[in-house]
Amino acid sequence: MTVSLCVKLRGLNMYLTKDEERILAGEFGEGTQKALELLVAIGDAYDAERMIPVSRAHAASSGQEGDLYFVELLANGGAKCKVPTSTNPVYDIPYFHKIFANIPENEADVAKRVMDGYRRLGAILSWSCVPYLAENIPLFGETVAFSESSATPYVNSVIGARTNREAAQSALAAGVVGKTPLYGLHIKENRKGTHLVKVSATLKDEFDYTLLGYYVGKQIGYGIPVLTGISARPNTEELINFCAMSNVSGAISMFYMPGLTVEASTVEEAFQDDVPKDEISVTDRELKKAYDELQTASGKIDFVLLGCPHYTLKQLEEVAGLLKGKKIREGVSFWVCTSATARILAERNGYVGIIEGAGGRVVVDTCIDEPCWFAFKDKVGMTDSPKCAYYRRFKDAMVGRLEDCVDAAVKGRRE
Amino acid sequence: MSSREVVLKCHKIIGGYGEGEALVSHEPICFYLTDPKTGIVREKDHELAGKSIADKVLVFPSGKASSVVQIDGLFKLAQHKVAPKALIAKDVETVLVVSAFIVKIPLVDRLEKDAFEVIRTGEFVEVDAEKGIVTIKKQEA
Repeated sequence: MTVSLCVKLRGLNMYLTKDEERILAGEFGEGTQKALELLVAIGDAYDAERMIPVSRAHAASSGQEGDLYFVELLANGGAKCKVPTSTNPVYDIPYFHKIFANIPENEADVAKRVMDGYRRLGAILSWSCVPYLAENIPLFGETVAFSESSATPYVNSVIGARTNREAAQSALAAGVVGKTPLYGLHIKENRKGTHLVKVSATLKDEFDYTLLGYYVGKQIGYGIPVLTGISARPNTEELINFCAMSNVSGAISMFYMPGLTVEASTVEEAFQDDVPKDEISVTDRELKKAYDELQTASGKIDFVLLGCPHYTLKQLEEVAGLLKGKKIREGVSFWVCTSATARILAERNGYVGIIEGAGGRVVVDTCIDEPCWFAFKDKVGMTDSPKCAYYRRFKDAMVGRLEDCVDAAVKGRRE
Repeated sequence: MSSREVVLKCHKIIGGYGEGEALVSHEPICFYLTDPKTGIVREKDHELAGKSIADKVLVFPSGKASSVVQIDGLFKLAQHKVAPKALIAKDVETVLVVSAFIVKIPLVDRLEKDAFEVIRTGEFVEVDAEKGIVTIKKQEA
């Protein structure tokens, strides 16, 4: 029998269907073959029994050389995405090269080739790190493969779809084959809460959720926190920030806020009637401590960089509201990164006009961790995203609330 | 001085064959925090700080750091031909599998005996991932 023969040859336990074997034998081209080879290796690492279908994927494309290699391996091998597969931001190449002359040529070439590779693969060219809001939205219970720090926990916890903590390449491979190995968070038992997090801190805005995510991720590291005590329902942006930060300061692929998030309505259900491994509490003091850790300095700034993760329409409205009737100080460069879809609406609603009128820029398709910011290499800036500061593409990036960032941009310095 | 071979079964994750001097790390490794041109570990306070992972059979508990930097880190080492020859790990997760896959370095785990007890830094090790076998050449006085 072909199946058992193949299993024997590979010396492994994972069951593969006839179609999967034909893909591995190269019958559908080298690109798809390589994609499945990677998925099988991952499945073997986790003792997955078999592959399961995914209905969509998000590849955290990055414009780095390792990323480029894999994208071209698949694209040159004739692969096409089998299910909707969205892409992360790289950078808006024509736009930035018009503004900055000094972006290194080789880096620009890598970015160009990465973007072209995804185009050839037939991916959704979203170039957005929050695709789950507009371009590629999973439903409750859907099986997907979403990489990207805010996307993985958001999709698992807020939407209640199922994804593992994917790398860009494993998510792309899943999008190309339309499958992923059955392991990890695709299995209900593995979606059990691990840590009880008792929150009594006041959470008044999006930045407080950034701090909460930072603190929880750092304390727990790897695990599935179950947060209690949050009385007011968090909004989309607050949840995005919590996801992004907890999955950067730690490795949080999923969390529960029983009663607020969809998968478990009670604490007991979130822990699947088991006991928590550990318990932590978050009071105002812990949030302040997190803030103090992130505070880097005050003084003169050269730039403000917002939109990590990409700002939503609501956040663009907030920026416009804060900048209305004001001017950004000469010498300060003010940037907001967002998705192409959010920008279209922000333009229509007049927010882009206000931000640009004040001297700022609203840029699409772009991540703050890209070579396009080369001009700020030796500059000091300010951001509302600790994730942005962590990338270290700048001499220094102070972290503060959006209001403080706008204030610093207008005054030319952080008080 | 005589030599003795210890042959252990292992679990293949990424196939292939690699041999070289063993380098044992009890701490997780971030490939991004090595010098891409020499393979020397640059991470301060790491037990391998200042040592090169180039051409070694690396024995380590797991990878660490974000997927983007980890994968790109190993990729850059391979471009400069200073990547390890084989990887023997304890806790293998998705990012480590992807990293080894794109640079085509054999990756194995689950040796039939604890790798950290059997393998010493400096011993010559052959990793035949295809056959699922790790061979350690023990030097004995």
